[in-house]
This record gives sequence, C-alpha cells and structure tokens, in this order.
Amino acid sequence: MKHFFTLLGHELRMLLVSLSTYIAAAAFLAFMGFVFTEILNHYSKAPQETSPARVFFELFWLPVFFMVPLLTMKCLAEERRLGTIETLLTTPVTTTEVVLAKYGAAYFMYVGLWGSTGGFFYLLHRFAGDMRFVDPGPLLGGYLFVAISGLLFVAIGVFASSLSRNQAVAGILCFTMLFALVVGMRRLGDTGWFDRPGLETLRGAIDYAQIFTHRDDFTRGVIDTRHLLFYLSGTTLALIFSVLSVEARQLHS
Amino acid sequence: MSAPASPAIVVSRLVKAYGGVTAVNDISFSVGRGEIVGFLGPNGAGKSTTMRILTGYLPATSGEVEICGLPVATRADEVKRLIGYMPENNPLPEDMRVSEYLYFRGRLKEIPRRKLGPRIDEVLELCDLKRVRHKIIGQLSKGFRQRVGIAEVVLAEPPVIIMDEPTIGLDPHQILIVRDLIAGLRGRMTVIISSHILPEIEVTCDRVLIIDQGRIVAQGTSAELRREILGHSTYRLEVAGDLPRLEAQLPGIDARLRLTARGEPGADGFAAVTLRTEEETDCGEALLRRLSANGWRIRSLTREQPTLEDLFLAATRRSWDAVDVRPKPPTDADRQD
Repeated sequence: MKHFFTLLGHELRMLLVSLSTYIAAAAFLAFMGFVFTEILNHYSKAPQETSPARVFFELFWLPVFFMVPLLTMKCLAEERRLGTIETLLTTPVTTTEVVLAKYGAAYFMYVGLWGSTGGFFYLLHRFAGDMRFVDPGPLLGGYLFVAISGLLFVAIGVFASSLSRNQAVAGILCFTMLFALVVGMRRLGDTGWFDRPGLETLRGAIDYAQIFTHRDDFTRGVIDTRHLLFYLSGTTLALIFSVLSVEARQLHS
Repeated sequence: MSAPASPAIVVSRLVKAYGGVTAVNDISFSVGRGEIVGFLGPNGAGKSTTMRILTGYLPATSGEVEICGLPVATRADEVKRLIGYMPENNPLPEDMRVSEYLYFRGRLKEIPRRKLGPRIDEVLELCDLKRVRHKIIGQLSKGFRQRVGIAEVVLAEPPVIIMDEPTIGLDPHQILIVRDLIAGLRGRMTVIISSHILPEIEVTCDRVLIIDQGRIVAQGTSAELRREILGHSTYRLEVAGDLPRLEAQLPGIDARLRLTARGEPGADGFAAVTLRTEEETDCGEALLRRLSANGWRIRSLTREQPTLEDLFLAATRRSWDAVDVRPKPPTDADRQD
C-alpha cells in the first residue's frame, strides 16, 4: 500500500478541480435544502412526535440513488475508456491500490456532501433557538448511518464502474444495484413468499439485509454490530469483486 | 577484463493465447543494453501483446521473459521499476496540467520528492515542453501530447524503455523531433519501439524484428535483413553499345550476374538495363571497368538498395506462404473418401 496515499491525493485533487463535482454538489445541496425546507414547513403547520432529523434521514435513499452513481461511474470506466489504466498499472502500483484510492476519494466526497447538510441543522438551531428541534440522538445516529451505509453504497458504485468502459452504462448499473439492494430487498421482505416452512433461513437473510430497518435502528440510537458487519462485509466483497473485475478485463485487453 | 554485460531483455519461447487466438506464437529474441530495437509488423501481428507482456501488464501463456535479469512472471513489481512504457495512442489524463501529470507519475515511480522537481525540469527541457508545462494536457496538440508521453517514459531514467507506435498520427516535422528524442537515448537506455513507418525504424533503430502472425519472421540489422530476405543485389545501368552481346560478357565479371531487363535504346543510343546477382560483394567497379574496356559507353550505374519496406513485404509474404503450405487437418469429406 506504498502508493495508496499518492493515488488518493491525486484522485481527490482531480475531484476537487472538476467542474462536474461542484455541479453535483450544488444540485445535491439544493435538493436536500428543498427537502429540509419542506420538513420545516410541515412541522410549522402541526406539532409532530418525531424530530426533524429523523424525518430528514428517512429520505436518505433519494440522494443515494443519484449521488452515488454520479460520484463513482467515472472512476474506473473512464480509466479503461481512455486507456490510462494501462499506463497506471505498468508503474509499481497494484490493482488493489488503484481501486482503494478511487473508492476512498469517492467515499470522501460522499461523506463530505452529506456532512455539509449539517449546516441546515445549525441554521435551524441558530434561528429557532430551541434545542428540541435539533435532537442530537437521531441526528448523530442518522449521520452515522449515512457514513456506514455509504461504505457499501460507494463500493457498489466502484464495482459497477469496473464492469464497463462506458460511464453511462456504469451509472445505470450502479443505480440498478442500489435500487435492488434498498427497495428490492424491502419489497421482497414485504411479500409472503419466504414465510413458508423450510425457507426460514432465506427469510432471516432478507430481514438481515433490510436497509430501512438499519436506518430506523441507527436514528433511534441503536448501534447493532450485526448491521456494522453487514456493511463492512458487503463493502469488502464489493471491493474484492472490483479488483477481480479490473484484473479480469486486463487479461482480456 | 570485465565480463560482457548481460542482455537487457531476454525473451524465450514466448506464447500468448487468448479467446482461441494465438497472438504471440513461440517467439524468442534478446536485446542488448543501450540498443534501440524496432518492432515491425502488420496490424494484429502481436507487437502490442509482446510489449504488454514485457511490461508485466499481461501474463504470458508460456515462455519466459527477463528484464535486466529479473523474470517478469514472478517479479513483475520489480520489473515495473525498470521499465518506462508508452502504450499505443499514448493515453493521457485530459484534465491535468503537464507538470502536475509528471509530478504524479514521478511519485508513482518512486522518485524522491527532492529530486523530482529538478528531474521534471530536465525532461521538460529535453522534450521541449517548458512553454506548455502549465497547460492542460487535453488542450495540447498531438505532437505535444506525444512529447509528454516520452517525457513521462524517461522521467525515472529506467534502463528499459518500451514505446508502442510513438510517432503514430504525427506530421513529418513532429516525427523528426520524436525520432531525435529517441535517438538521443541510444547507449543510455535500451529502447524497443514499434512502428508502421518503415524508414523511421530504419533510421532510428540499431536492429529490426519483423513480426507477423505472432512469429518473428526476420531479425537483424537492415543490411543483414537485406542479405537474409532478398539474397540478391540489383544493378541498374544506362549503357550504349552492342546490347545483344552484353549478356555474354556478364559471366566474365561475376559468374552469377544475370541480365533481368533490357529497355529499348533511345535516340542517343543509351538503353536502361537491369542486372542481378546473388553475390554479396559489390561488383560495380568491375562492371564499369570491363564494359568500358570492351567498348560500351556507360552513362550511369546504380546499385539498388532495397528499402525496409521491400524487406518487410518480402518477409511477411514469406510468412504467409509458409502458412499456406501447412497441411490442413482432414475434413469429414476426406475421411469418407
């Protein structure tokens, strides 16, 4: 991992000098700002039982479906399209270092963008002057959920990018995989297909992979190590597949 | 007395097959230190695949490759530190500045930070890139981009440099610049370049390897290839005199000298004549002396030098002929007969 930080620094610099990063960041903040304003409007009309932070994080999937493909679709697909992956891998760097550096940079941006939404809660606290609106428990839990689930979502994006040399195809693949994981699993859990005798293990596995349940637990302040294991093992698996995908394509180039 | 330096590159019985195609088929060659060698071959001949195997980017199906004594198959990481590689079409990141790109590549090639700045200045000077050092690579012309590629290749001063089609798409002026840059590396670094531009290979390289259908069909210096592939010399004369008697005179000059073409005499009596011999020694002087002494008047005499293009065509044709005469496996119809 000798070259990891050189590659990571390069990837971050490339993201920070790219106009598309700022457009994506502005679009994300505008969208999240709109969501936050709507939540506050809702709260100003009638008293609510839950804190605004909890409602805010209930909608985490909306930006995830668009931001993760936008942040990751370019990373490996563009290197393959331009052929720069060949020059990169003929220097003393390993495929693992390249994949991890690209993953690290995309994850940094993902967390940075979500982190910037903390400004909304600061403004709310500053102008409402009431700590009840900014319940620190769900707020910290929500951000922790975003940071931990983001590990897996971004890894899936990197994996999708390793599968194609076309950015658009990589983006659509990433969207589809995230949709299948977040919404598909929930729909699968809602059907009664796996309630039959003999399918208990499968039922258990589907229940274990319910992202919305994980989010509810995190925002309630419940940090379950099984959830952590789910995201960490999923991330590791997605990154291993990304490395293997890059190496497999190298063999057939 | 010191022992002779081992070759920089040794390739033995290299085979690469993928997707049912044998891209490289049992090739062997070696390249001495400081030598510039040209890879010549038609599209799909296996040049790029061979180069990629040399760099450790692609694994070989079988065979051995050693770079500066290190086997590529088992010590690819160390080998990568010894090689500067420029792939075909010279892919470069579009949105980086030239100096930024060289700095990044220098760090990946493990050049210490304190040495990197002066070294970047040196290669920018060498490749005449100082005036574009702050420009975005995507905005550079093709010629400048090629020079950025060459600057990157020589940046870490590797003992072996491999360049796949370094002059493709350049105008003649830019080709000259790139050719000079490569020639400037002679003796200091071992260089392998592939090209379709035959005169360029002839001018730049000490030795040529002609590859076709994954095999080396000829190798050597231009002079050696001429001898090996064509095996004859051709002389063109403009001569006036008793032309029907000319053929009878030839065995007296060189036993293997033959008249292969004779033009009609012009108004001034001179006719163009083509002679051919399998002898390696130059018989031009003997021709001049003997024909003049016997009353022929000679206006011009030229010994034709076959171009590398002729050699290339002859070598690849020879390779195709060898394939055509290979016995075909029996078909079902044959078996029934």
